[in-house]
Amino acid sequence: MKTNWNRITLIATACAVCIGVFATSANATDWGPYQVDDRRSGYTYMTDESRAMQVDSFQNPGMIWVEQGAELWTETNGKAGKSCASCHGEAAETMKGVAARYPVYDEKAKKLQNVETQINTCLEKNMQAEPYKWESKEMLSMTSFINNQSLGMPVNVKIDGPAAEWFEKGKAFYYERRGQLDMACKHCHEDNAGGIIRANTLSQGQSNGFPTYRLKWQKVGSLHRRFRGCNSQVRADRFGYGADEYLALELYVKWRGRGLPIEAPSVRN
Amino acid sequence: MAKGVKPRVRVPKKAAKGDVVEIKTLISHNMESGRRKGKDGKLIPRSIINKMEVTFNGKPVFTADWHPAISANPYMSFFAKVEESGEFAFKWTDDDGSIYEKTSKITVG
Ligand code: HEC
Ligand code: HEC
Repeated sequence: MKTNWNRITLIATACAVCIGVFATSANATDWGPYQVDDRRSGYTYMTDESRAMQVDSFQNPGMIWVEQGAELWTETNGKAGKSCASCHGEAAETMKGVAARYPVYDEKAKKLQNVETQINTCLEKNMQAEPYKWESKEMLSMTSFINNQSLGMPVNVKIDGPAAEWFEKGKAFYYERRGQLDMACKHCHEDNAGGIIRANTLSQGQSNGFPTYRLKWQKVGSLHRRFRGCNSQVRADRFGYGADEYLALELYVKWRGRGLPIEAPSVRN
Repeated sequence: MAKGVKPRVRVPKKAAKGDVVEIKTLISHNMESGRRKGKDGKLIPRSIINKMEVTFNGKPVFTADWHPAISANPYMSFFAKVEESGEFAFKWTDDDGSIYEKTSKITVG
């Protein structure tokens, strides 16, 4: 009988691969603050190099946006002749914790506000200035700056009271199949976290690092940009930046990452 | 001059004679490769920093030629042995001829 060596080598290689996978998964790493129970920050799925880039505030390119935001903070803008600092003073004190608490239900606006919509509310109502466009340099700089004031603080969003309805909508969105590929967020980020999809390692899809400096984008981007990307990937319709659907989803996704540290601006690939 | 370019450098303030110190640099720049297409389908013209040069007390210590595959906002770090106090001078050259410069002093002893 002729032995099929090709086939045997193939099986041997396949087994070696299996062993490799099991060996690494059995080897539980202590991720420190980046893991809370079974919830893991996207940080823990990155390469050592990307992690080093994020934690060194000099090397982290997202800090360019933080610096720009700090400049905008004290710039007078709008008919009321005010800057953010005129009302909010030192951001290090007044904005500390905002990223960890947001999005929040706003009684006056009767809706959920995230950091972006709150900034535009202040620009329009309190400063009589033009709102920032969503993915603009100004908006990304300001959100990077504001969220960076909560660096390391644990995510802690309120999901009861009037926020409960938004939370439920966000949760439904998360588990709803959509698009030509008929996939829900859960299929990638809950069932397959740690797996490989194309050239990416799937993470749990946590939001604690936003705005994030994405190496692929070569710049900082918002959470809603990421949502739009994840919707497009399964060839589903995307919602607009700041849409109610995304605000609800933001609250739910943030809650999934409860206790994880704010990392803005994080570095992701 | 490309928009929003700002060089940053980090050099230790002090070192002992003969120490090997790490110098870190980061410059904000789009580093447009010239290979991407815009929304109109046309190539976006190349616009990168193509050279970085560093001297210490006037003598070259580090030079690098950069090419289109270098990412946006390039970070570059290197090590240098310092024997005397002095000044590092950093210079980046843009495709459009612009020069971006920065200096930083170190006290040795
Ligand atoms: C005229 C005063 C005023 C100015 C100027 C102003 N804000 Fe506000 N801001 C407020 C008030 C008042 C609140 C409390 C929420 C509310 O009533 O809307 C607030 C709330 C906020 C919050 C939420 C804080 C929290 O703890 O929940 C953020 C973030 C914020 N502002 C950002 C900004 C930014 C960024 C600017 C500049 C672009 C700015 N604000 C300019 C008055 C101002
Ligand atoms: C087809 C698979 C797929 C689906 C479905 C999907 N994503 Fe993603 N998502 C990815 C990939 C790939 C990345 C980049 C790698 C990573 O962090 O997982 C990503 C990244 C993210 C991130 C950034 C994580 C970080 O740490 O920066 C968030 C947030 C996210 N997704 C949310 C969602 C939400 C919400 C949905 C549902 C609307 C969704 N994703 C659906 C594939 C998917």
